[in-house]
Amino acid sequence: MTESATLQKKDFQSDQIVRWCPGCGDYAILSAVQGVMAELGVPRENIVFISGIGCSSRFPYYMNTYGFHTIHGRAPALATGVKLANPNLSVWVITGDGDGLSIGGNHLLHVLRRNIDVNILLFNNKVYGLTKGQYSPTSDQGMKTKSSPDGAIEYPINPIRVALAAEASFVARTYDANIKHMAEVFMEAAQHKGTSFVEILQNCVIFNKDVFDDVYDRKVRDDHMIHLADGEPLIFGSEEKKGVFFTGSGLTVQKISDSSPEGLMVHNSKEHAPFYPNMLASMEYPAYPVPVGVFKRIARPTYETMLHDQIKVAKQRKGDASLKKLFHAGETWDIG
Amino acid sequence: MSKTVERTLLENAIVRFSGDSGDGMQLTGTQFTTTSANLGNDIATFPDFPAEIRAPAGTVPGVSGFQIHFSSRDIHTPGDRPSVLIAMNPAALKANIDDLENGGLLIVNSDAFSKANLKKADYETNPLEDGSVERYRVIKIPITELTHRAVEETGLAKKEADRCKNFYALGIVYYLFDRNMNLTLDWINRKFAKRPEIAAANRLALIAGNSYADTTEIFTTAYSVPPASLTKGKYRSITGNQATAIGFAAAAKLAKRTLFYGSYPITPASDVLHELAALRHFDIQTFQAEDEIAAVCAAIGAAFAGSLALTGTSGPGVCLKSEAINLAIMTELPLVILNVQRAGPSTGMPTKTEQSDLLQAMFGRNGDSPVVILAPATPAECFTYAIESIRIATKYMVPVFILSDGYLANGAEPWRIPDENDLPHIPVSNVAAHSEFLPFERNPETLARGWAVPGTAGLEHRIGGLEKSDGKGNISYDPDNHERMTHYRKEKVARIAHDVPPLEVYGDETADTLILGWGGTYGSIFTAVEWLNQHGVKLAGAHFRYLNPFPANTQDIMRQYKRVIVAEINTGQLDWLIKGQFNIPTTPYQQVRGKPLLVSDLCEFIQGLK
Repeated sequence: MTESATLQKKDFQSDQIVRWCPGCGDYAILSAVQGVMAELGVPRENIVFISGIGCSSRFPYYMNTYGFHTIHGRAPALATGVKLANPNLSVWVITGDGDGLSIGGNHLLHVLRRNIDVNILLFNNKVYGLTKGQYSPTSDQGMKTKSSPDGAIEYPINPIRVALAAEASFVARTYDANIKHMAEVFMEAAQHKGTSFVEILQNCVIFNKDVFDDVYDRKVRDDHMIHLADGEPLIFGSEEKKGVFFTGSGLTVQKISDSSPEGLMVHNSKEHAPFYPNMLASMEYPAYPVPVGVFKRIARPTYETMLHDQIKVAKQRKGDASLKKLFHAGETWDIG
Repeated sequence: MSKTVERTLLENAIVRFSGDSGDGMQLTGTQFTTTSANLGNDIATFPDFPAEIRAPAGTVPGVSGFQIHFSSRDIHTPGDRPSVLIAMNPAALKANIDDLENGGLLIVNSDAFSKANLKKADYETNPLEDGSVERYRVIKIPITELTHRAVEETGLAKKEADRCKNFYALGIVYYLFDRNMNLTLDWINRKFAKRPEIAAANRLALIAGNSYADTTEIFTTAYSVPPASLTKGKYRSITGNQATAIGFAAAAKLAKRTLFYGSYPITPASDVLHELAALRHFDIQTFQAEDEIAAVCAAIGAAFAGSLALTGTSGPGVCLKSEAINLAIMTELPLVILNVQRAGPSTGMPTKTEQSDLLQAMFGRNGDSPVVILAPATPAECFTYAIESIRIATKYMVPVFILSDGYLANGAEPWRIPDENDLPHIPVSNVAAHSEFLPFERNPETLARGWAVPGTAGLEHRIGGLEKSDGKGNISYDPDNHERMTHYRKEKVARIAHDVPPLEVYGDETADTLILGWGGTYGSIFTAVEWLNQHGVKLAGAHFRYLNPFPANTQDIMRQYKRVIVAEINTGQLDWLIKGQFNIPTTPYQQVRGKPLLVSDLCEFIQGLK
């Protein structure tokens, strides 16, 4: 550990030339991740980045750790095998809105419910980039692309709500325009025991340029986003402070004043009841400010811990794994 | 009192127990098998059960059967046609009667031939009375009624008493073939230790059935099948699926590695998952994935991290795994894919056997993507080839297919239990940290790259499905490099031909005709070759366990014969490979009926060749 304590951000940069489009949000994410790795105190050889297919999935090539660029949508399944084979590894899954929610939706669902201790970073740019600009499962309805010249008919899904529905034990959102916020969220994800799911709002400079500007552009950010912090009330606004209130019929946004009603929400990511993080996850722009930060984190035993416990118990109960005993199990007879 | 009967000595006999799937026929068959094996007979069994868990009682789709061939000499198949059929109801009769050999013995539970049951089996008239079973020796026994009487003293309710009738039938067949009941009586005591009244009833039914056959002299002839002269040793009965699972467990010990089995439930492969899941104390990790794709991908992840990685499935599952298998080919990771083949394309006939996934294993992926293909020939050989698959996968860093099938998986034969100390050690090592490490540096002899596992300091590297540069392993679109890497992947597999046992010829080596087969048809083809040579048709045989690559001497052997017959349960897949690779004319022979190859049909075909 003494050596790893001295690791710098640059120690995590590989010798490969980064080939994302100039201005792509992925550069900032890469930088934030490399910074967090240096802080993490885990030796490089114990870190594995695993990706599927898509722009974001080139990520492992740029990390000077172990890496596996797999096939479309399957990174969570690959990561499951890696983590079960060696629970000491710090395993990171890099995926996107197409890779993770379309072709790989099933695997995402199951890795979350199993609570395998891997960290999933889902880059959501609401478009297919690598295949040159088709609509994705998170694209806004009506979005015009080459595969939807008359506008996308499909209704989008919200990654945070998907993760919550899959019983994820850690769910967070951050955005590529804020390296500091990303670093904080990634660090929290790394420290969580169990599957950590992080949606990263990410700008595709070519096919979906400025898609999140309404939310996170510096000029509007304070009025259109809300930063979640445990124990803090849900208050936002650059000049005029507004709060999110639970009024009995749902959530309302109201000005903070002496005449504010009862029910100003106070954030608690450890809330076990499912309605709270789901309510937060349902807050979408423009009706609500977009929440970023940790929505949910609860303690739940991980799959690999339980599997290795079962192995330990089986060894205690059945004793030595003797091949002789195994071969001779059941009815045997002698000839000659 | 027991009388002394004249017993006719038989070399072998084939018995099929059949009844409703709730009648306990599999259990009855297994008991008969264990007893016969203990007596020293050679045995081969084949269960035939419906796909439905419980089809409507009394109907033909709900019929479950168990065939056992037992013999005083070496045998290789469960037999084409039973000489004795036990039918517990009209549906069982309907489903099986056409298979009974002419003049064969038919034992029926006459109580079950009620109007209602006949209707359920779609019989308009009672086949026991309308002359349709005249060509068989029919023994009608009111088994239900007699069982009720036998177990009366236990006070069991009618429904529970009913369930003892399979033991009554077993008692009858034990008498017919002069088998001792003690093993089954012991088994009943163990199995029903917690329910003494059930144990008592089953014991009473078994003994009563036996005494009934003895005292009533219903059989004009009784039989005896003396012990076979098998190789000395300790034996157990083993199915292909059991042998596969045990083989993998042994391989992990021999390679001193953790075994990871990723699988999604599918007929007829699920038993391998069940067997391995019960071996947690062997450090075996079984992972029941959300789908076939996740099962193979998790296995590949485990392989990357240093485990012995397996995925098991049947044909439809292999379709789903194809893309991931290619990832293992491209990243050159060791992976074993077990395909317990079943019949037909798409869902086909899940509980029936076939060997029609050979070309899928060979070619069912995009790009030039060679894999190793192994095919065990008997249920017990599944053990050997499970170990062999791990040896090859880890030595050459390559995916290996094992093509088992429904017949091997569920069929059973005696397995001479090996001494675990005689099994070969499988040397497997990781790349040790060194400054010159290159992820795609190759062993000049095997062309295998090294296994560099996460957790090793200094070997951090990235792999993936994109083409890699020779040595360094960075992404490469260079045309020369792609061609070189493509040939490495091909040559690596081709070289294995010299690292596997040569193809062997059996039968009459001096014959003009050679018959080739592969995998699970071995028993049938071997039996046909033996029979034909005894009946004046000179014939040599050779059986492939290695399908890709073929053993190095394959071409030489085939060239020694004027005619090469290729027999298989598909429309000519091995035939295609032979013609394609060796450019020799062949005489194909095929049956695609969801059943093991019928020896009699094969013999007839060969006798008919001019």
